[in-house]
Amino acid sequence: MGVDVAIAAAKAVFAILLALQVVGLGVFFERKVSAVIQDRIGANRAAIFGFAGLGLINTLVADPIKFLLKEDVTPAAVDHLLHMLAPIVSVVPALLAFAVIPFGDVLQIGERAINLQAAELNVGILFVLAMASLGVYGVVLGGWASNNRWSLLGGIRGSAQMISYEIAMGLALIGVVLTFNTLDLQAMVRQQGGLLWGWLPAWGVLYQPVAFVVFFTAGVAESKRIPFDLPESESELVSGYFTEYSGAKHLMFMMSDFVEVVLVAALVTTLFFGGWQVPYLARDGFHLPGGGMFAVPSWGVAILQITSFAVKVILFTWLQIVIRWTLPRFRYDQLMRLGWQGLLPVALLNVLVTSLVVVLVGNP
Amino acid sequence: MNPLVFLLLAVLTVAAAISVVVTANPVHSALGLVVTLFLLSVFFVALDAQLVAVLQVIVYAGAIVVLFLFVVMLLNLQGERRLTGGMGLLVAAIAGALAFTALLVTLLGRSAPAPSTTVPAGFGETQALAQRLFTSHLLAFELTSVLLLVAVVGAVALSRR
Repeated sequence: MGVDVAIAAAKAVFAILLALQVVGLGVFFERKVSAVIQDRIGANRAAIFGFAGLGLINTLVADPIKFLLKEDVTPAAVDHLLHMLAPIVSVVPALLAFAVIPFGDVLQIGERAINLQAAELNVGILFVLAMASLGVYGVVLGGWASNNRWSLLGGIRGSAQMISYEIAMGLALIGVVLTFNTLDLQAMVRQQGGLLWGWLPAWGVLYQPVAFVVFFTAGVAESKRIPFDLPESESELVSGYFTEYSGAKHLMFMMSDFVEVVLVAALVTTLFFGGWQVPYLARDGFHLPGGGMFAVPSWGVAILQITSFAVKVILFTWLQIVIRWTLPRFRYDQLMRLGWQGLLPVALLNVLVTSLVVVLVGNP
Repeated sequence: MNPLVFLLLAVLTVAAAISVVVTANPVHSALGLVVTLFLLSVFFVALDAQLVAVLQVIVYAGAIVVLFLFVVMLLNLQGERRLTGGMGLLVAAIAGALAFTALLVTLLGRSAPAPSTTVPAGFGETQALAQRLFTSHLLAFELTSVLLLVAVVGAVALSRR
């Protein structure tokens, strides 16, 4: 009993730390990738007690300290309770969604088989959708409670955008669920362990390429960053829904954006790119397509799987940051047209075609 | 369900539901509704109905109340006008009281089903629920979808006015 509770707690802490580490790396990429894309050296001017030797690392340490020590200015006319709640409501659901994302297969320690997933939920993918749909409250409440025209406009834009793209996102997921015939994320990843034609890892993207494009686009839109940053668009709305926030609350809003970026990366990895699967690695070791076999102990397999998952997530986080620094912002009508007239019909067609194939041919 | 957990949840849920009616600010009311719906989904989790719990959050807390808030924000209401007195209010109060009494009498008249300690295998899971929905409740299910379609057509027709 005590050991079970300890294992569950350790898994939860590990999942959340894994997510937060990638968030930290995301901030690193944000500074460095933007510098490279804009052809400049990058943030390397922060000195801690006169020591600037670590360049960008110094900045990454100094940034959060600066935010946490800043004065928290709350305007007089805000709705105090909701103004305080909004940043929390924005970041907590996004972090909770990591609970159902598996980061490894089964770790065998003695008699005990530990499923490397913080919460085993048979409706895992729906839980992620539920948490993603709660994130919109942070935007709406921040926009409304601030009692500021810019904030309100940002909040309205944010809620309309997030609801619109959630629909395309959900429909893209239906195609995936039809293919794998389960809602459990761990089961989905296990099904991606096979090989096509004896050499190609059978990852979800091969079965559902259209769903991948729709889901990834909608996911980038959900994180409210350029090119979908209309809720904050600093050239029109100052900072949109978090104009009236400063200090640690402002940091929480910025962090929730990055947590959502990492969440989208983790979901894309899990659903379309084999999650923790390492090509040709089974529970007892590598089985190469040529027929060779290398035995790997259980703990080694677990480490390889967790590393594989982390590398894929980091790759998709990096990809989103490159997109953010490459594309200009959409106009509002373009945003709505892409969501309702572009992604939605494509996702519906994908559901139709997938259902037909599943009925006529069967699941892979 | 643990009686203590049930009691705690019940008190919180009823308090949240009361706050929906009592608060003067429509945004606070809507948020009270979100909290109520969220607590109801906790009930479903405690009753082994994970799918219903998650759907409750996605559909009600995640979509419908967000739309409420969206409309409230567009109208930019500062506070509600309080109706005092008037025939309409009296009639509504009497009708509400009668409906509540009828509900209470019906519920108290029924004998409670014998509590079972074991949950059948697969209870509350997606497959069991879908099986029921698409066999014994198929007609109601399809009629609901027609109803929703009518609502969508109606909304489009109204917006074209």
